[in-house]
Amino acid sequence: MIAEHFPVLVVILPLVTAPICVMLRHGGRAWLLATIVTWASFALAIALLRQVMDTGAISYLLGDWAAPWGIEYRIDQLSAFIILIVTAIGSVMMVFAPKSVTAEIPGDRVYLFYTMYLLTFAGLLGMAATGDAFNLFVFLEISSLSTYVLISLGKERRALTAAYRYLVLGTLGATFYIIGVGMMYQMTGTLNMADLAVRLPAVAETKTILVAVGFLTVGIGLKMGLFPLHLWLPNAYTYAPSVVTAFLAATATKVAVYVLLRIYYTFFGAGIFEGLPVSNLLLALGIIAALGMSAVAIFQDNAKRLLAYSSVAQLGYIVIGISLVTATGAMASILHLFNHALIKGSLFLVLACVFYRIGSTKVDDMAGLGKSMPFTMAAFVLAGFSLIGIPLTTGFISKWFLINAALEKGWWIVAVVVVAATLMAVIYFWKVIEAVYFRPRPDGALVVTEVPALMLVPLWVLAGANIYFGTNTNLSVGTARRAAEILLGGGG
Amino acid sequence: MAFPGLINYWIVVILMMTGFYIVISQGNLIKKIVGLNVFQVSVFVFYISMSKVFGGAAPILDDSIETYSNPLPHVLILTAIVVGVATTALGMALVVRIRDAYGTIEEDEIQRLEAEESEP
Repeated sequence: MIAEHFPVLVVILPLVTAPICVMLRHGGRAWLLATIVTWASFALAIALLRQVMDTGAISYLLGDWAAPWGIEYRIDQLSAFIILIVTAIGSVMMVFAPKSVTAEIPGDRVYLFYTMYLLTFAGLLGMAATGDAFNLFVFLEISSLSTYVLISLGKERRALTAAYRYLVLGTLGATFYIIGVGMMYQMTGTLNMADLAVRLPAVAETKTILVAVGFLTVGIGLKMGLFPLHLWLPNAYTYAPSVVTAFLAATATKVAVYVLLRIYYTFFGAGIFEGLPVSNLLLALGIIAALGMSAVAIFQDNAKRLLAYSSVAQLGYIVIGISLVTATGAMASILHLFNHALIKGSLFLVLACVFYRIGSTKVDDMAGLGKSMPFTMAAFVLAGFSLIGIPLTTGFISKWFLINAALEKGWWIVAVVVVAATLMAVIYFWKVIEAVYFRPRPDGALVVTEVPALMLVPLWVLAGANIYFGTNTNLSVGTARRAAEILLGGGG
Repeated sequence: MAFPGLINYWIVVILMMTGFYIVISQGNLIKKIVGLNVFQVSVFVFYISMSKVFGGAAPILDDSIETYSNPLPHVLILTAIVVGVATTALGMALVVRIRDAYGTIEEDEIQRLEAEESEP
């Protein structure tokens, strides 16, 4: 049956389509193919999640080589959920992309954009699907290398330096990761994640493994933009093409968080938090990120950069959730992964619409757009509410669980931090709203109209999802809870 | 173990820190990539060192061989070398484009140009 090959198909399909896009050498045709493939992956992801929820984790042996010798793909609730997030965002973005891409990328390079997009997409899915620590590194590099290219496609020349800086830091991060994997291999003789989980506890107290934890944390921290390793992120998000920013903000950092969860809870088990002060460190960094980066966001005058800092702050929440080392905490983190992908996906798509019309995302240039682009800006308000965490939106749900998890442990200070950071989110979000709705369009500025329906519909699908999953929480909360229970229950 | 026993790992650490230091301290974009390469090579040496079995032969299928070195890390490092080549190529390509756009590959000059750009 073909169904048993779904775990590998979801990764292979975009991976083999990417070179076909190069051969097409035509922007429109490449877009059509890429769209079909991303939606097919989305359908596969839904099928996978259903299957996993019914029958538990699926194991797929590549080339039928038995694990732990061969490479195993292992889809459990958490990876199926992450695959669903990536494919959902990726396929909606594809519908949105053509107009925005044509406006921002020279015509003869458009087909290369779709090639790189598919490679990033495949890399991220591979990272979520694989059950092999070294295979994860390979997919990490596939997604990273193609991401550098995507960022360098930005219009301004600063996109090039942003991509270069990300390349240097990203390569350092990935290399740190393989050093950590090498040390684990040295101590256990295996690379299979399930096998590592069995063998690591016996050697968990050795210096080698403690050093490995350090390397893995720093390496993945660099990829996910964990404060203070986020230095590449604001420039990369600001100067990348708008669609790329939206896609990366919604997926790339999320998959890195998934890898961090895997490392802590699957490789080492929650026991690792007893031997090392990892959780205290993560808690401190998370709090500084949530407060500090929200404060920095307030002073930005470019809306894209403002949201980039806000992303680092939101990652702070996720890291706080991980550092609590409870099922509720992990669940809040996983839930916020999903919700933040929806929020930032829609916010950055709004900025893509704005850039499409006025060619800038400076807050001052956006003055008065509320009248001329009412539907786009309404989506911005909606997603912004979700970012702040107004009830009935997704942002509220994840913050609610995060605060609950903190109070469960009696750490009310953490709850205060979350609320304080939320208040700062109100300030920086208001800054944009004030310009958009309460300032007149400056004299002599471009007269703009609403963006075409092809951009508006995907934007509203994402923004609407913020409300849908804020009121109907069965899918997101249910899956996140199961995933967190399995993570903390050990392997599963 | 005596001095020669761990010399590989000493070399790994020295190479790693040298590469890392070059990445941080050099302002020239090409030299940064050189540093990145040295850093990556240290990891290759690390993997290959740990796969060595003393007294072991090369991992070939032959009846006369009983102990042999672990071949898996060699394969892993082949993959990592390919990744390193791709990274270097992409980094170099970016440097070429940066030179076209800025007319320099010195980081401090690029930062000066960017600072001028943002204060019109």
